[in-house]
Amino acid sequence: MIREMPARALFVVSRFLRVDRHADRVVPPNGPSAWLTIFTAAAMSFLAVFALALSLASGRMADRWADALANTATIRVSAPSDQIDMQTRSVLDVLATTPGVASARAMTDDEQRALLEPWFGPDLPIDALPLPRLIEITEDGAGYDAEGLRQRLAAESPGAVLDDHTRWRKPLAVAAGRLRLLGIVSIVLILGTMAAMITLAANAALAANAQVIRVLRLVGARDSYIARAFVRRFTLRAFGGGAIGAALGLMGVAFLPSADTAGGFLTGLGFAGAGWLWPFALPPVAGLVAFGATRFAALRKLKELT
Amino acid sequence: MIAFDNVAYSYGGGELLSDISLRLAPGSFHFLTGPSGAGKSTFLKLCYAELLPTAGRVTIFDREVRSINRDDVARMRRRVGVVHQDCQFLDHLPLASNVTLPLTVSGREANAQDLGDLLQWVGLHHLADALPPQLSGGERQRAAVARAIIMGPDVILADEPTGNLDWEMSVRLLTLLVELNKMGKTIVIATHDLNLIRTAKQQVAARVLRIKNRRIQLAGADL
Repeated sequence: MIREMPARALFVVSRFLRVDRHADRVVPPNGPSAWLTIFTAAAMSFLAVFALALSLASGRMADRWADALANTATIRVSAPSDQIDMQTRSVLDVLATTPGVASARAMTDDEQRALLEPWFGPDLPIDALPLPRLIEITEDGAGYDAEGLRQRLAAESPGAVLDDHTRWRKPLAVAAGRLRLLGIVSIVLILGTMAAMITLAANAALAANAQVIRVLRLVGARDSYIARAFVRRFTLRAFGGGAIGAALGLMGVAFLPSADTAGGFLTGLGFAGAGWLWPFALPPVAGLVAFGATRFAALRKLKELT
Repeated sequence: MIAFDNVAYSYGGGELLSDISLRLAPGSFHFLTGPSGAGKSTFLKLCYAELLPTAGRVTIFDREVRSINRDDVARMRRRVGVVHQDCQFLDHLPLASNVTLPLTVSGREANAQDLGDLLQWVGLHHLADALPPQLSGGERQRAAVARAIIMGPDVILADEPTGNLDWEMSVRLLTLLVELNKMGKTIVIATHDLNLIRTAKQQVAARVLRIKNRRIQLAGADL
């Protein structure tokens, strides 16, 4: 029974969309609902492209952060300047005997200067500042015991603090997840709004053609025949509007400022690789939404009208 | 063919038709008369399930109307031709497409020769491409008759078909309906035009029913 459902749904859709020039002609061709449907589908598809871009970009961003930070950690060694080299060696010795640590190295002054440059500028007198020494750790596949390492460092090198990036990574991952969810919710809302607008337009078209429907019922037309004339029309309009909106949205995303000029999150907002194919699904989805909304509205309205 | 058993129809709290029992036999010819608002149109609508009785049973082609689903009502209407006073056409389609509409909605193609003959019979062959708003009242009524019979229905119901026509055109339309009756069709004409009824009775054995005090009676010899 459940296996038959997709076939049944496909049959219903194909029957409703089958070209029937007679059925198409029985309903007067033009009306404000035609432009309303096309405009609604175009506007919603345009917005959906950006929601898709947001959702996919959030996913990529989360993956990037995870990849960049997941297998590394930093140890900050704070000590008086005459003891800092000794403390650093002590920490490196501890790390050399710590299971799960693949490699560890102290960052050079130049590397530390490069890290601070975005905040303090290129002329930072790093030698004159009591900066801590940073040690970069790379984990092996199994990873190390962070709590055990903290206890060892506290005992053997009290000025060393382990930062395993958890407190950075976690909120970033949560933020990226929320953004992705926001994008998905936006797409759902956009499709829901499109369905509501098309239902309203279909209802208006049905009400405006009440006399046509009465005549058709009088001469023996079944509800499915009358509905088909409206459903096919609205489905094709929504498909066309969806294609226009998706095309404009894609152009909008393609012409977003590049990383060189904007930077930050905006550099990632867009599509990458196969992600560019997703907007091409919007016109058929718009058509399907219109199909469902119009069919529902038509069959319900027909029962009221006759 | 169509049977009423103790049928009543109420609307807006008042009873419009009450205790109606009759049979419309195949090939019969009935006039239904009565003052405006007596319920003639309501009676006809009950005959093709546009309305459902509030009491009693209406049986159309041996099926009780309450038991018929919407698709079957549509199929049943292909066997009942209806002619309204206001005709009810699709104004954006030419006359020929309006006349063949019952065939179109049932998925059948109109035979060009048959359509030509039908339009010739109702005297509209030269107006096949005209739009309904371009037709006169008489032409619209004859077009409505053509549409009503194109499916070869068993019953033809006409609601004040001559209401907007002059006498000459009324007689012409009546003659068409009498000819159809002679072909074996059951005809019911709702009208308050007694002259039309008298003229028809000279051509066909018609029964005249009158709606009086919400009930249907057989009219007297004065008609």
